[in-house]
Amino acid sequence: MEPSSGEVAWSPTSVAEVAEALGRTGYLTDDALATVAFLALRLGRPLLLEGEPGTGKTTLAEALAEALDVPLVRMQCYEGIDASQALYDWDFPRQILHLRALETVARAAGGDDQAADPTDVEKSLYDERFLLARPVLRSLRESPVVLLVDEIDRADDEFEAFLLEVLSTYQVSIPELGTIRAATPPVVVLTSNRTRELHDALKRRCLYHWIDHPGLERELAIVRSRAPEVPAALAAQVVRMTQELRTRGDLLKPPGVAETLDWARALDALGSVDLDVETAAATLGAAIKYHDDAERVRASLARILGG
Amino acid sequence: MPTATAPTPTSPEELLLGFARAARAAGLPVTADRETALLEAVALVGIDDGAGTYWAGRATLCSAPDHLERYDRVFAAWFHAAARPRTAGPPTPAPVPMASLADGETLDTDTGTDDPRGMHAVASRADILRHRDVATLTASEKADLATMFGSLPQPRPLRRSARRTPWRRGEIDAHRTLRRHLELWGEPAGLEWRRRDSAPRRVVLLVDVSGSMAPYADALLRLAHRWSVRGRGRRDVHVFTMGTRLTDVTRALDRPDPEQALAAAGDVVPDWSGGTRLGETLKAFLDQWGRRGLARGAVVVVFSDGWERGGAELLAEQMARLRAVAHRVVWVNPHKGKPGYLPVQQGIVAVLPYCDDLLAGHSYATFEALAEVVDRA
Repeated sequence: MEPSSGEVAWSPTSVAEVAEALGRTGYLTDDALATVAFLALRLGRPLLLEGEPGTGKTTLAEALAEALDVPLVRMQCYEGIDASQALYDWDFPRQILHLRALETVARAAGGDDQAADPTDVEKSLYDERFLLARPVLRSLRESPVVLLVDEIDRADDEFEAFLLEVLSTYQVSIPELGTIRAATPPVVVLTSNRTRELHDALKRRCLYHWIDHPGLERELAIVRSRAPEVPAALAAQVVRMTQELRTRGDLLKPPGVAETLDWARALDALGSVDLDVETAAATLGAAIKYHDDAERVRASLARILGG
Repeated sequence: MPTATAPTPTSPEELLLGFARAARAAGLPVTADRETALLEAVALVGIDDGAGTYWAGRATLCSAPDHLERYDRVFAAWFHAAARPRTAGPPTPAPVPMASLADGETLDTDTGTDDPRGMHAVASRADILRHRDVATLTASEKADLATMFGSLPQPRPLRRSARRTPWRRGEIDAHRTLRRHLELWGEPAGLEWRRRDSAPRRVVLLVDVSGSMAPYADALLRLAHRWSVRGRGRRDVHVFTMGTRLTDVTRALDRPDPEQALAAAGDVVPDWSGGTRLGETLKAFLDQWGRRGLARGAVVVVFSDGWERGGAELLAEQMARLRAVAHRVVWVNPHKGKPGYLPVQQGIVAVLPYCDDLLAGHSYATFEALAEVVDRA
C-alpha cells in the first residue's frame, strides 16, 4: 500500500501488510513484532520496545518511518534532559537583536508619533520565528512523522512524567503562543535498555514488546538483506558463529544483530570468503567489545569453527 | 502457536476479560485501561487468530520481561484447557511467614515491669539494645528494636549531576544572562553564573537471605526499608535479596509502614533461608541490572557472611566486575563484629580485594556506623 503524504497516518489493514512494508525497507520482522507494530499504528498508541542492545529497537523506528514515507524525528534521552531540550525554547539572542533593531528603526524615524505599541512589540517578540522547536514539538507540528524517543531509561523520572503528558494528549501548550496540537498523532516508538524500571503510568500508555535476538534463519535473512555485498557462504558462517556465541552464556556482552552485521562487513572488507580461525581472531573486535570476552572467545575459536 | 478457542460458549468480551482477570491474579499489572486496550487490540487482529491474540495480549498486558513467562502460562491455561476449570492462578510461592517481630510476648507486659524505674531505665535499655547482636534478641527486644529503626539515620550520598544550577560563581550562564537582558528590553545587565548541580547517588543494597543469614534478614530488611522510604528529598535506593536466586524487592518495600513493607517483601521473595549461591546471584544481578546501569556509579552494599557453596573463583570474578562499575563497594558481614572474628572463609577471602570497606553489621550501632560510611561515599 502506498502511503500518501498529508493524510491520516497510514492505517494498515492486516499484520501481513505491515510485515511486508517493513520488509521492503530491509527490516525483517517476525510475527510478533509485526503484530505489535500493526496494533501500534491502528490503535495510535506509543510502542515501548525493550531488549538487549543491538536487537534492532532503534532500527524499527527508522524502518517504520521509511515504510510510512514520513520523516523520523529522533530524541536521544540523557540524564538531565528537560522540557526545554525536548519541547521548545525561545531564541534569546535573536529576540534581543530584534528588539535592538526595532529601537534603531524607531530612533532613525525620529518623531514619537512613530513609537510602536508595546503590546505589538511584545507580540512580535514571541513570534513563531523565534521559537526553536525541539523534537517533541517538531513531531507535533510536522506530524505525520515517526517520533523516536531513544533510551528513555536514561532520562530522569520527571522527564518521564512530562513525556506521559504529551503522549496522552498529543498536544502541548506554550504560554506565549497557545496550544499546539498534532493534526494526526505521530507514531511514537520508545526504546529502553532497562537500566532502570520505567513508571507504570508510562508503560500503561504503551504497547510493550520485548525484542529477542533473532533465530538462525531470520538473522541470516537479515544479514543477506542488510549487507547484500557479503557472500552467502560467509554470511552463513558468521551468523552461525554469533548464534553460537550467544548461547554460551559466559560472555559479558553477547553480540547483537548489529555486531553480526559489522562483523560480516568487516570480513568482507578484508576480502575473505571463508571464516577461518586467523581472520576470525583478527576481526573479533567487530563483534566482541570486552577484553575478557575476547580472550574467552579466542581461546575457543578453533573448537567452534572446527565443530 | 496456540489457537484460541473458547472454553465455554461465552462472548469474546467475557472470554477476554476473564483472561485479563486471570492474568491479574497471576500477578501481571492489569488495570482497567489495559483491559480496554486488550479488547481493542484483539478486535483488530481478530480473536480467531490465535497467534495474533497471543501477541496482542502480550503487548497490552505485559510491561517487563519478568511478565512474559507468567503471561505465557496464563495464556496457555486460559485458552487451551477447555476442560480444565479456571485454575490460571499464580504459582503460589511457598508460604513464607516473616519472622514477625511483634508476636510472642507483648510489649506492655514488658514495659510494665520496667515502669518503676521510669525513663532512665528505658533509655539505658535502648542503649543496651543498640549494641546487642540482633540474632540473640528475644521477641520483645526485637519489637523494641523495630521501633528504633524509625530513627536510624538515612544516608544520602551525593554525586555531581549533569544539570546546572544558578550559583554566585562558576561558568557563565549565557541563557539566563540573555533572559535577564531581555527582561530589561535588551539593556545589558550583569552576568549570571551557574555550576554543576548535585544529585542523590544511587544506593544498591544486596541482602543475603540464605539460611546462615536468617537471624539477620529481618533487621536488614528493616534497614533497607528505612533507607529507601521516601522522606525529605529524593532518594534513589534499590534493594535486592540474594539466596538461590535474585529478587528485586524495591517495589515491595516501597510503602510507608515497615510491617506492611516487610510482609510484601516476604511475599515476593521465593527463597528465604535457602542455600546461597552468591557468585551466581551476583552474576545475575550484574547481567540483568548492574552492568546496564543500576550499579554504575552507585554505592553497592552487600550484606552477607560470604558463605559460598559454589566455588569462590566465580564470586571473585563477579566482585571484580562489580568493582569495575560501582562507585564504592561496601561489604557488611554480621560476624565481623564478633570477638575473635578473622576473615578466613573462602568467600570472604575471595571478595576482600574488591571491597572498599568491610564492616560489621550485627547490631543497631553498627547499622548507624554503616549509614555514616554510605553517606560519606
